[in-house]
Amino acid sequence: MTNEPPTQRSARIERKESRAVAIRFCGDSGDGMQLVGTRFTDSSSVFGNDFATLPDYPSEIRAPAGSLVGVSGFQINFSSEQIHTPGDLLDALVAMNPAALKKNHKDLALGGIVVANEDAFTEANLQKAGMHSNPLVDGSLHEYRVVAIPMEKLTLQAAQAHGLNQRDALRCKNFFALGVMCWLYERPLEPIAHWIQEKLAANKSLAGANTAALKAGWNYCDTVELFQHGYRVAKAAIPPGRYRKITGNEALAMGLVTAARLAGKRLFYGSYPITPASAILETLAGMGHLGVRTFQAEDEIAAITSAIGASFAGDCAATGTSGPGLALKTEAIGLAVSTELPLVIIDVQRCGPSTGLPTKTEQSDYFQAVMGRNGECPVAVLAAASPADCFDMAMEAMRIAVEYMTPVILLADGYLGNGSEPWRIPNTADLPRFRIEHLIKTEDGEPFKPYKRNERGSRPWVLPGTEGMEHRIGGLEKQNITGVVNQDPANHQLMVNLRAQKIANIADSIPDLQVEGNTDGDVLVLGWGSTYGSITTAVKRLTEEGRPIAHAHLHYLNPMPSNTGDVLSRYKTVLIPELNTGQLLLKIRGEFLVDAQGINKVEGRPFLVAEIEAGIRKAMQGEWK
Amino acid sequence: MTSNTVNSNLKPSAFTSDQEIRWCPGCGNYAILAQVKKVLADLNIPRRNIVFVSGIGCSSRFPYYLDTYGFHGIHGRALPIATGIKLARPDLSVWVVTGDGDGLSIGGNHLLHAIRRNIDINILLFNNRIYGLTKGQYSPTSEQGKKTKTSPHGVIDYPLRALSVAIGAEATFAARSVDIDHTHLSMVLHRAALHKGTSFVEIYQNCRIFNDGAFTYATDKSVRDDHRLILQNGQPLVFGKNNNKGIVLRDSEPQIVDLNGRYSASDLLVHDERTQEPTLAYMLSRMYYPDFPEPMGVFRAVARPCYNEQLDKFSVPVPMPQEIDHALEALYASGEVWEVAG
Repeated sequence: MTNEPPTQRSARIERKESRAVAIRFCGDSGDGMQLVGTRFTDSSSVFGNDFATLPDYPSEIRAPAGSLVGVSGFQINFSSEQIHTPGDLLDALVAMNPAALKKNHKDLALGGIVVANEDAFTEANLQKAGMHSNPLVDGSLHEYRVVAIPMEKLTLQAAQAHGLNQRDALRCKNFFALGVMCWLYERPLEPIAHWIQEKLAANKSLAGANTAALKAGWNYCDTVELFQHGYRVAKAAIPPGRYRKITGNEALAMGLVTAARLAGKRLFYGSYPITPASAILETLAGMGHLGVRTFQAEDEIAAITSAIGASFAGDCAATGTSGPGLALKTEAIGLAVSTELPLVIIDVQRCGPSTGLPTKTEQSDYFQAVMGRNGECPVAVLAAASPADCFDMAMEAMRIAVEYMTPVILLADGYLGNGSEPWRIPNTADLPRFRIEHLIKTEDGEPFKPYKRNERGSRPWVLPGTEGMEHRIGGLEKQNITGVVNQDPANHQLMVNLRAQKIANIADSIPDLQVEGNTDGDVLVLGWGSTYGSITTAVKRLTEEGRPIAHAHLHYLNPMPSNTGDVLSRYKTVLIPELNTGQLLLKIRGEFLVDAQGINKVEGRPFLVAEIEAGIRKAMQGEWK
Repeated sequence: MTSNTVNSNLKPSAFTSDQEIRWCPGCGNYAILAQVKKVLADLNIPRRNIVFVSGIGCSSRFPYYLDTYGFHGIHGRALPIATGIKLARPDLSVWVVTGDGDGLSIGGNHLLHAIRRNIDINILLFNNRIYGLTKGQYSPTSEQGKKTKTSPHGVIDYPLRALSVAIGAEATFAARSVDIDHTHLSMVLHRAALHKGTSFVEIYQNCRIFNDGAFTYATDKSVRDDHRLILQNGQPLVFGKNNNKGIVLRDSEPQIVDLNGRYSASDLLVHDERTQEPTLAYMLSRMYYPDFPEPMGVFRAVARPCYNEQLDKFSVPVPMPQEIDHALEALYASGEVWEVAG
C-alpha cells in the first residue's frame, strides 16, 4: 500500500455534484454501525457540510446475530446547503447482512445504491432474515444499483499484517465499509484515522488493522470500477465561526453546566440510568472539574428527591429521565411545586405506554408533562427543537427555575437526544446570564417569611446556614406569606391561585411566538419540539410552490407565549403535526377555541418531510387547486 | 460556608420552634423530641447549620417542632432528600426522622442505599409497629397475629427487623434505644451524631392510641431487665434483674445461660462494636422478645470512608462567575472542531 493520502490519488475519478445526500449504515447491533456512522459524520463535519443524523438501534444490546430484531442503523444527511432533517429517502444504503438489507431497503430512493457485504449473504443468514433466495443475485433489487463487495475476505487480507486472530480481524469490516463510503462521497480519511490512533492507542494491532481496513475499503473502490462515478457534496455556506458536532444529550448536559457555572453555582444532577436519557448522566459524570456533582440514584424517585434536597441546600439542581421515569417522579414534582424550589427535569421522550419502545422516538409525554400530577399543580414546560437547540433550552429551563422558584420540565426526545448536527461554539462572554439572589436577612429584623413573594410571584431562596432565617418547608399546604402549615379553605384557594399566577407570570419573560412565512393567511403549521426540522423543510417546499403557508414553533408549552392566541387567530387553517395522537392539539382547541387539525404519527420514528407535506396537502384538499 | 465549631452555648429550649405540637397526648415522640433537643444543645452546632428531614407519618412532623432548617418531604423519600442536601452542603449536620412505615415500607429501598453509601447523615427510625397517622393499620414491623383494621384475622406477614436490614446493608453505625429511657436514648443519639458516616438508630416508640404498650416488656421497670440487654463495648453479654443471665454462643447460635451455676461471665460472648465483619452485630439484631432479651445500645460502630467525602475528590468548587469562562470554552471545544471562515 502506498503512503500517499488516498484523497489525492482519486483526483482522476469522475465525481458528480450533489446538493444533499442521505445514507444509512446498517448491520447487526454488534457490527459497529453507530461507530462508523459517527465517524462518517465527523469526517463530513470537518469537510464543511451541514448535516443531521439519526441513529436507529434496537433495545437489545446484542440481539441474535443476523436476526431482524438485531438490526442497528445510523443515518446521516449531509449537504452543501442548510438542512434540518436526517433526510427522507436514502441515496445509499450499506447493508452488512441480509437482515439489515431486508429491514432497510424500502427507505432507499429508486435508483439508489446498495453497498452489500456479499460474504454475509450465506444460506444461514438468508434464512435468519426469512429470505428464500439471495437478493443480491435474484433480481429482486432491480430498482436499485447493487454493489456487492466481499468485505469480510478483503478485511481479513487487509488486517493480516497486524497479528489479530480471525475473529478480531473480522470485526474491522465496519471500517472497510466506512472506507468504501468515504471514497464514494469524497470524505477525508484523516479525521477517522486520527480518531482510531487516539482511541485504540492501547492496542496497536487493533488500531493498525482498523486503519488498514479503512484504507483498503477506499483503495478497493479506487482500483476496481465498482461505481460508475463518485459524488461530490460541496461545502455548505454556513455562518462563520468555530463548529463542532453535538448530540441533543450532549447539548443538554452542556447547557445545564453552563447555566449553573455562569451563575457561580454548582450543578447537582441526580439521575437513574434510562434509555435514551442516560447519556446526559454519563456526560455530566465527567464534569467534576467544572463543579458538577452527579449522583446515580437507586431509582427515579431518589434521583429527583435528591435534586430537590440539593436545590434546598443551594445548588442548581436537575434530574433527567424518559417517560416511564417521569411517571415515577410525578409525586416529587408536586413536592417541588409546593415547596417552590428551583429544579430542572429533563424528559427525553420515547414511545410508550409502559416500557414501550425504549429506543424509539415519540412526543407522547406532552400530557404527562403539562398535566400529569395530582392536585392543581402547574409547572413550566419547555421543548427543544433540534439537537443544538437543546443547549439553549437547557439554559433557559434553569433560568426560569431559579427566577420563578419552580420546577421546569424540559422535553426532548430520542431523536433529539441521539441525533446530532453542527453547533456553533459560543463565546461564554456572549451567553445569557441570570442573577441568583439568596435572601440573607429580613428588613427591620422582622421574622423571616418563607412565602412572601416578590413582583414575579416568587418566594425567597434562603439557604441553610443563614443565621436567623431557620425555617421549615414541606408538601403540606401552607399559610400564605408565613409558610406555616395551614388547612384553612380560603387560604388553600388563595395558594392555588398564587402558584398558578406565578407560572402564568413566566410568559412576561419569554419571547413572542415567531412566525416564519406570511404573518396571516391560509395555513399556519404549529409545531413543538423535534418536528421543527421536518416542518421547516416541508413548509419551505410548499412556499417555493407559491402556497400561502406559514410555520410557528412553540419552545414554551406552559405558559405559552402571550401572543399565541393572536397568532392562531390570523389563519384560516391551523395544522398541528405531532408524534402522538393529538396532545398539543387538544390543548390548543380547548384553550383558544381554534378548529385546529392534527397531523399525527406514532411509529417510533421522526416525521419524514414528505409525510408532513402530504398531511398539509390532504388537509388543504379542496382549497388548494 | 459557616463553621460548625462555633460555641453557640445553646440550651435545649433554644431548639423549640413556634409551632404547636400536634402529637397525641402521651405519645412517645415527646420524649424523643426532648432528648434530641438536649443532644443538639450538647453538640454545640449552631442551629443554622442543622437540617432535619422527614417523610410522612407521625414521626415525620418532627422537623416542624425544631427551630433549625427543616424539610418535610413526601412518603418514604426523606433519605434521598437528605442525601441531596448533604452532597450539596457537606458542612451541614443532616438528620432524618422516619418511622417503620415511612422508612421500612414505602421508603425501604432508600434506606438500603443511603446506608450502603455511608453518607454522613443521622437516621432516627421511630418504630411503633403500627401505622398511626393513617389510624391503625399494621406496619412492616407489626408482629405476626396482630389484629388491626387491615388484619382482622391477624397479621400474616413476617415482620422486618429494622436493625437486621441496616446491618445487612453494612451500616457503619447501628444502634437501638427506647423513647422513655432518657439517659440511654441521649447517650445513643450523642454517639450517632458524632459518628462519621450513616448512623442508623432504631427507637422503640409507644403509640398510645393504636398500639399502646407494645414495648412494655422493654420499658416496665418490673420486667424490663429480663427482656433487654444493655450493650457495652468490650463487655460480656449479661442481663437480668440481678445481672444473673448471659449469652453464650453454641453451634453458631446465641443461647441464654444462667450465671448462678456452671457459667461465669468469662464464658459469655463479649460485645465488640468495632469488628469490621457485621456478623456479630447481625446476630444481636436477630435476638428478640420473648425468646431473647433485646439488645439496647450500639450494635456496630466502624470506620469507612463516606460517600460525600469521596464525591468531593472528583468535584471542584465553582469560581466566581467571570466574563469569559475558559474551562467551559475548553469543554465546548472538545472533540472534532472545525472552522468556517467568514
